[in-house]
Amino acid sequence: MKLELGKIEIKDIQFADRTYIEDHVLYVNKEEVEAMVLEDDKLLECHLDIARPGEKTRITPVKDVIEPRVKVSGGGEIFPGILGKVTPPVGEGRTHALDGCCVVTVGRIVGFQEGVIDMSGVAADYCPFSKTVNLCVVIEPQEGLETHVYEKAGRMAGLKVAAYLGEAGRNVEPDVLETYETKPIFEQAAEYPDLPKVGYVHMLQSQGLLHDTYYYGVDAKQFVPTIMYPTEIMDGAIVSGNCVAPCDKVTTYHHLHNPVIDECYKHHGKDINFMGVILTNENVFLADKERHSDMVAKLAEWMGLDGVLITEEGYGNPDTDLMMNCRKVERKGTKVVLITDEFPGKDGKSQSLADTCDEATALASCGQGNMTLQFPAMDKVIGMQDYIESQIGGWAGCINEDGSFEAEIQIIIASTIANGFNKLAARGY
Amino acid sequence: MAKYKIVHYLNQFFGGIGGEDKADYEPEVREEKIGPGLAMAAALGEDYEIVATVICGDNYFGENLDLATDTIVEMVKKYEPDVFVAGPAFNAGRYGVACGTICKAVEERLGVPVLTGMYIENPGADMFKKDIITVSTGNSAATLRKSMPKIVNLVKKMATGEEILGPSIEGYLERGIRVNYFAEERGATRGMKMLIKKMAGEPFETDLPMPKFDRVPPAEPIKDIKTAKIAVVTSGGIVPQGNPDHIESSNATKFGFYTLEGMDRMSADDYMTIHGGYDRQFVLKDPNLVVPLDVLRELEKEGEFGSLLNYFGTTTGTGTATGSAAKFGDEIGKKFIEEGVDGVILTST
Repeated sequence: MKLELGKIEIKDIQFADRTYIEDHVLYVNKEEVEAMVLEDDKLLECHLDIARPGEKTRITPVKDVIEPRVKVSGGGEIFPGILGKVTPPVGEGRTHALDGCCVVTVGRIVGFQEGVIDMSGVAADYCPFSKTVNLCVVIEPQEGLETHVYEKAGRMAGLKVAAYLGEAGRNVEPDVLETYETKPIFEQAAEYPDLPKVGYVHMLQSQGLLHDTYYYGVDAKQFVPTIMYPTEIMDGAIVSGNCVAPCDKVTTYHHLHNPVIDECYKHHGKDINFMGVILTNENVFLADKERHSDMVAKLAEWMGLDGVLITEEGYGNPDTDLMMNCRKVERKGTKVVLITDEFPGKDGKSQSLADTCDEATALASCGQGNMTLQFPAMDKVIGMQDYIESQIGGWAGCINEDGSFEAEIQIIIASTIANGFNKLAARGY
Repeated sequence: MAKYKIVHYLNQFFGGIGGEDKADYEPEVREEKIGPGLAMAAALGEDYEIVATVICGDNYFGENLDLATDTIVEMVKKYEPDVFVAGPAFNAGRYGVACGTICKAVEERLGVPVLTGMYIENPGADMFKKDIITVSTGNSAATLRKSMPKIVNLVKKMATGEEILGPSIEGYLERGIRVNYFAEERGATRGMKMLIKKMAGEPFETDLPMPKFDRVPPAEPIKDIKTAKIAVVTSGGIVPQGNPDHIESSNATKFGFYTLEGMDRMSADDYMTIHGGYDRQFVLKDPNLVVPLDVLRELEKEGEFGSLLNYFGTTTGTGTATGSAAKFGDEIGKKFIEEGVDGVILTST
């Protein structure tokens, strides 16, 4: 499967009377987008706002972040099975991405686990979306919606807006064109017979109760481990639908920009032979954990892998899946490196992970989420600060009257994201 | 007059009192610098002064732990030091434990920065390196000259409030505190480099050596359930409406005990959940889903077990540090033993 990814550099977003791209500026018809979001009768109100890097702006509570993309050729539609048609599958042909801008969904809390993006100040160093131009879609749900219904409405609103904006890039000549290719297993193995075969075990958050991820529209807790061409993920085959702790939430943006897949392709044909992705989940039932880690190990063996990188989403309970996968894959003779973040408590002295195994000899840290920061008051808040005290990372009394607050960096979207996207790391003192 | 005051702690040997035969020497304070304190004072220069040295025999300290600690903390308090230094103890086991114990007490009770030094295999190092900056020394006093620059540098940093950097830079034993920093490369790049080395059988360095957990053996089965007193503890975040003790939604630093007296079931009017890790809507409607009082009362009436303790313990079990969880467990366990509880039902979410 071969995908050409055309990146159109976006330097700013402006509201205008129609939606188009010119000279690296994305012009957005605000009324049209708001009306489209409000086609969903679960949503009462919607308004758009723009947040730019360096502004004294805070966005919260943030639900998801999405990069606008469009499928130009090769079949299939963006976000297949959830927004686009489920068939044909994606990952082939050509896709355009609006590089440098994001859709950010914002609105009152679904379940305490939505985060903060500061566009400037000390917290901006910890957040990838402090560096992108963000179109914020602020939604207000109908009264009395069940939380999971509200979550879905917010999720779909973000995807719709991202796909709509992506369309504006369909006929724009990209600034950069990158090509990614992974071949069927025997061909791929034969292409670089002397290089070690490497795979990526991608654990999708699937604990349920607002902790869900979707693959071609399938709720990840309902599938058994499977294999995926890495290019499928670049067309939105995986969509975030969860309110996991903000710091290690794998947003839909991060699925489109999976750093491990990016890294594997960078080394592909040079010092590794990248064979593909093993997709698995993080279910809460022990039987699922055992069965699915067995299957991950079986797939790693079947693909003849010499090494795998494993990432998780969330912490605590999924640490058990991480360790089961590590132990069982290593026992099949495949070398494992784990990438994850740490939660050693406010004093940094507790154990960083909820589970361990002897085979976990190699781990790349994505930093620890319990360190605290002073968040300055901002000139502008997109969304609301009403929930800061109860959002993950805050506590009763942590906010001051002027809107400044103290909180753990857990509250920042993707600050310690456990797939290795950021440079943040932790070390022993 | 020097700007910064230091109080120094020594055992009977380094304090010049005597050897093993003087190990029961009672705590004594002298307003002078003694033994290793002479070298330290010389290296610290004139902005610093060792205003007093406390000397105590190793056996006396070990055999009168609480009394000796209290006495010495009082002695130190009088001088209002900017930094308290104990030892270094090198590989002397009892001395190491004494240095660690007294440093910890001085820091906790007086809020004074503390420093000690030990050989890595000193039993005191294992016990206290997590809590106290412990300069890594050789295994004998012959290495004092080598460790003195590290001690002096740290004393100065503590006195002036300058940031203390990592263990490999400053020369102290790693405390196991996880501290963030911005690496030069993203996590995925570091992970890939590690994997390439690991596959090639080359040496690599993990960012996190795997911790060793306490394993708690299961308790003995209850002998007679028909007379047993049962308690409920939950990590599901059930609290009285309004969360009076402000238990956090994540990474809880406290737990609460709340009454079940005179109740047949958990009423949604009186109880709620503040747990930040799951969709709460069903539990907000019916808290019995997490603290199953309704069913427990039925079983109690039917005589399936003896009685239910008339309150329950609760905290939030999401992102909770293992250190906090262990502390909650100890405190709840002690209280329940006092209450004569025979068994506990733990409900998680």
